[in-house]
Amino acid sequence: MTWPHKDLLDVTQLSKADALEILRAAKSFQEINSRPVKKVPILKGKSVVLFFAEPSTRTKTSFDVAGKRLSADTFSLQKSGSSLVKGESLKDTVLTLQAMKPDGIVMRHNMSGAAQFIAERLDCAVINAGDGWHAHPTQALLDAFTLTERWGSVEGKTVLILGDITHSRVARSNVHLLRLLGAKVRLCAPKTLLPHAVSTWNVPVYSELDEAVRGVDAVMCLRLQLERQQAGLLPDVREYSRRFCMTTARLAKAARNALVLHPGPINRGWEIASDLADAPESLILDQVSSGVDVRMALLHLYLTRKERKE
Amino acid sequence: MSQADLVVRGAALAESPQAPVDLFAAKGRILALVPAGTRPVPEGAKVVEAEGMLLLPGLTDVHVHLREPGQEWKETIATGLSAAAKGGFVNVMCMANTDPVNDQASITETMLDKAAKSHPRGPRLFPVGALTLGLEGKSLAPLEELRAAGCKAYSNDGRPVADSELFRRALEYASDLGIPVIDHCEDPYLAPGAGVNEGEVSARLGLRGAPACGEAIQVARDCLLAQYLGVPIHLAHISSKMSVDVIREAKAKGAPVTAETCPHYLILTEEACEDYDTAAKVNPPLRTRADQQALLAALEDGTIDVLATDHAPHASHEKETPFDEAPNGISGLETALSVTWELVARGELSARTLVSAWCVRPAEIFALPLNRFQEGDPADFILFDPSARWTVTPKALASKGKNTPLMGRELTGVVRAAYVAGKNAL
Repeated sequence: MTWPHKDLLDVTQLSKADALEILRAAKSFQEINSRPVKKVPILKGKSVVLFFAEPSTRTKTSFDVAGKRLSADTFSLQKSGSSLVKGESLKDTVLTLQAMKPDGIVMRHNMSGAAQFIAERLDCAVINAGDGWHAHPTQALLDAFTLTERWGSVEGKTVLILGDITHSRVARSNVHLLRLLGAKVRLCAPKTLLPHAVSTWNVPVYSELDEAVRGVDAVMCLRLQLERQQAGLLPDVREYSRRFCMTTARLAKAARNALVLHPGPINRGWEIASDLADAPESLILDQVSSGVDVRMALLHLYLTRKERKE
Repeated sequence: MSQADLVVRGAALAESPQAPVDLFAAKGRILALVPAGTRPVPEGAKVVEAEGMLLLPGLTDVHVHLREPGQEWKETIATGLSAAAKGGFVNVMCMANTDPVNDQASITETMLDKAAKSHPRGPRLFPVGALTLGLEGKSLAPLEELRAAGCKAYSNDGRPVADSELFRRALEYASDLGIPVIDHCEDPYLAPGAGVNEGEVSARLGLRGAPACGEAIQVARDCLLAQYLGVPIHLAHISSKMSVDVIREAKAKGAPVTAETCPHYLILTEEACEDYDTAAKVNPPLRTRADQQALLAALEDGTIDVLATDHAPHASHEKETPFDEAPNGISGLETALSVTWELVARGELSARTLVSAWCVRPAEIFALPLNRFQEGDPADFILFDPSARWTVTPKALASKGKNTPLMGRELTGVVRAAYVAGKNAL
């Protein structure tokens, strides 16, 4: 298959066939990740810059591991270690990086649209590792892959996304991708953490978790940031957890064998009860493993696109 | 009666394009406007043949940012006035948010001096003084000093005064001096830092949105204060239906408020911010089609009195950043008349309203030179070729600000001449 996209900025760029192709590719890399020697020469000689202008543990490490397992050379750059802190513009920073001829840039940035901004200016592949509140396509793909592993397909399943929807790039990408793949999506959050125009997303929205969780096949919890309380969007974390923390008792109202996900990092007791985070219904660590599989698939697809075209 | 030294022949008025007229002027003043060919041309008069042209009173822009002093890389008084002349403006009011802020006579005088030196034939510059010292919203600026130096209005534009008590006192003090206050209506606590309308686009793109009610709340406060105190307030760059509804009701009750909107709110919607296009990032933000229609209707029924550009030039590199980082503002002096004329051509705006909103009402509200084509009026007029087409390119703009979402678009209508007191400023 010839891969048609130069960059991965948002899941909205992908057709259903594209998304399924990524999941198929991830499956083949999953096999490599279960070998005693987890390294293949697919991207030997390729270089990938991991440009993280915002703190990240799992996404950055996941891309780093994925690149190295494909034999790519990965280079890390953080905002604090870059000329951005000296006042250099994002444009100049990435043009400088491009002049060193990397094959791809994986970027995390705190501003929505930042990945698109650099992709429009660079010749190399740009993979969005999360931009502001906008998109986190690789997270959505790994979530879909994780669920597909359990269910065979997400088609016809109902997934509840729970928590801070307004400020969540994970939610935006997942709403789109899960529906693209045939799942039904529900949202649950206090009104202060929902976009005012959420009705235009055409998904059911709940403010009572006990009602929202009824009959769903999976619950995707989102991280709550303390700033939301400071910004006056919530009374306090204790009250938030009373209303919106996912617990084993609440999950019992969902469909039989319902699963729970969380993109991490988790705040135990706020978004998800500690015992549920460690329970067999929890896919949190499966998501981390899937992350490497999916990111290997993505690096492969986006970095060898030109060769495969020829 | 003195003899005409300038005659414009065969142009048509926008409201009656089928009936060409001849304009006679002397010593910078209008002598007469008569049906074409009905009066002989005196010997020695300069004759301008203007067949096929529209004859409009010169335009007045009550809301322009010229950036000088302090940010001359964005615009200077010289380049800004050149852009104004190209746009057909004969009177330009420049906002106080320069660096340093125009809150003392010496800044006002410097601005006027630069304008006189760079553009002795016009357009005329009328500085707007700061309403509060440093635009900080804490204490009143020396308003009488600013008036004496030449300011024609006061405003905290860009940094609205949130303290209603201070704003009330500012209105009272300014009204003693007979100088109007212009208010940028935005509740600064509602959605701070937003650069896009709160709605479908902001929800999808993951951008902080500014709700229309954030503008309307401040509009309502201002209307109530204007009515309570019996002093005039001019409401700047109104962008939303919600605000229009409040203003209409307030005017019906006799509140002495006037209001302006800008061409970009009439031709663009929040969708212009798709793809994180920073050229379309402006404050207040571009809103919805329903807002647009409400603004057009409000112009027609007089709820909104004035068109203004809110010309806000920025250097290219300042806009070439992720959306959140980009400064607000659209460079608008040179595209203003073309885009509003297109609305007339499409039947969405009447020619009468266009002339009223660009030429008559702004000059009336701020007591600026006004040409109604009556004997003795200043010979401030433009010749506008309504069918000529031009493309918005960086080179085509005299302004240093090339930041417009209309870049690359073909527009209709070109200003061929802009006469200020009988002299062509172009």
